[in-house]
Amino acid sequence: MMQLEQAPSIRTTIVRRLAPSYAAMGRFGLILVMLLMMAVLTILQPAYFLTRENLTNIARQISSNSILALGEFAVIVTAGIDLSVGSVMGLSMIVLALAVHADWAAGMAVAVALLAGLGVGLVNGLALTRLHLPHPFIATLATLNIARGATYLLSGGVPISGLPPIVRMWGADDITLLGGTSFPIDFPISFLIVIALYLAMWVLLTKTSTGRHIYAIGGSPKAAQYAGINIPRNLALVYVLSGGLAGIAGILLAGRVNSGYPTAGTGAELDAIAAVIIGGASFFGGRGTAGGVFIGAIIMGLLRNGLNLMNVSVFWQQVMLGFIILLAVYLDVLRRRAMRLES
Amino acid sequence: MPALVEMRQITKTFGPVAALNRVDFAVNADEVVGLVGDNGAGKSTLMKILTGVYQPDAGEIWLGGMRVHFHSPLESRQRGIEMVYQDLGLAENLSAIANIFLGREITRRTGGLRLLSEGEMERQGRQHLDGLQISLPSVFFPVERLSGGQRQSVAIARATAFRAQLVIMDEPAASLAVSEAAKVLALITRLREQGVAVVLISHRLQDVLDVSDRIVVLNRGSKVGDLRRRDATMGDVVGLIVGKSA
Repeated sequence: MMQLEQAPSIRTTIVRRLAPSYAAMGRFGLILVMLLMMAVLTILQPAYFLTRENLTNIARQISSNSILALGEFAVIVTAGIDLSVGSVMGLSMIVLALAVHADWAAGMAVAVALLAGLGVGLVNGLALTRLHLPHPFIATLATLNIARGATYLLSGGVPISGLPPIVRMWGADDITLLGGTSFPIDFPISFLIVIALYLAMWVLLTKTSTGRHIYAIGGSPKAAQYAGINIPRNLALVYVLSGGLAGIAGILLAGRVNSGYPTAGTGAELDAIAAVIIGGASFFGGRGTAGGVFIGAIIMGLLRNGLNLMNVSVFWQQVMLGFIILLAVYLDVLRRRAMRLES
Repeated sequence: MPALVEMRQITKTFGPVAALNRVDFAVNADEVVGLVGDNGAGKSTLMKILTGVYQPDAGEIWLGGMRVHFHSPLESRQRGIEMVYQDLGLAENLSAIANIFLGREITRRTGGLRLLSEGEMERQGRQHLDGLQISLPSVFFPVERLSGGQRQSVAIARATAFRAQLVIMDEPAASLAVSEAAKVLALITRLREQGVAVVLISHRLQDVLDVSDRIVVLNRGSKVGDLRRRDATMGDVVGLIVGKSA
């Protein structure tokens, strides 16, 4: 059998010629977009954008979303989806607030909030691997509703405010880095946690055989199966991680707003998914990096912050976010096509 | 010396369908055996029994003179029998090196963590690829960026990287361009030189005649021919496949 060379159309010729620049854009494009946004905001708001106050504010604000996005990312690498993360974040906040108000020790209250997240994650993982529900969309759609309903039931539908400082500090306080030098920096604790979690996820996904297996499952479940990889165990793991991270996001958000309120995190799963997609991960699994998702979350934060500073209504902000998602994914489509033509 | 693999009187039925009927099949070390037959003749079933995917209803499998029972592909693999599937079974998003070591990564302890030993895997992987004279544009490209023949080579390298004694290949050249198919056939010959036995399942009879030492023909679940290459002509093989059914 001969393989026939297809005559290249004008379109593919153009893409082929632009291939190297597209490929480079894919690698550095995200960072460029981020820097460009920062430059524009600096020019538009010279007096305010680059102040320490505003920057730490952004860092604190994006902490929860970036942690949700990190868990969502691990799930999306396996070609899955976790719709429950927003509800789990809300549940974790309410559990934390209730435990504190029941005079539990702060450490115990935080632990039980985290456990609530891990627990829902485990349910998601087992529903997929043991009950063999056809797609994680369904299992996590169920737990989205269950966790949100539980959040309303537990809270009676009202916010539970007032948390002790030791619980609040994780989401609200700064830590002084380089203290005693001439450049002391007050850094939000929550953002330090974000960085630590991203580093940990990066190590897990790129430096361990578990991470290699997670990418293999997302890229080709059949290949993973042939290779003798324990697919259910790895799938359960990513959903537990996603749930646990949503629990942590809830603890930080509760600290920042000094309360647990039952509507918290409504729709947050969509922001998390948006950050993952803007960050260059493939919705079909097997592709993407923790670093990309990190920048994706920052880009979303900058967008929100910038548009807020410019007094753009939240409605327009949402429209803009939609266009950014379209743009990000289209760039990825171009890059992928360019890569294929390049080789 | 006993055969590397000997399957005796293998019988397998699926419901009312007799897929295999008392089939004897042997492979010696350093031998390339072509396994041919029409669709539904039982080639794949026979090989799936050898690799432990299916259990035979009757019959025995002997490996190097010892009776064995394979309950899963994992067990046959541990005894040196590897299968290269028609869909290759590669993770398209991972590199050639990552695919070769998938599921059997080399790790080392670093500060309490078990981390991948990328350098060691690259070194051993390159050595293995060089040994098979497989050249790739890059061992780090995701395999989706490689050509069909290169991917086939990676799949074969993966199958032979861990002390394989026998590699079963299902239609390895079916979807390849002519020049690439030739490379895969050369690779099969090279495996034999390195002491790895090969079972080649293929509809491309010329390929089978080119590289096999022996050709086994199945027809509707029975073995109808077991010819040494030098005694076989294309006409003989075709005749047996289409069945001078009595």
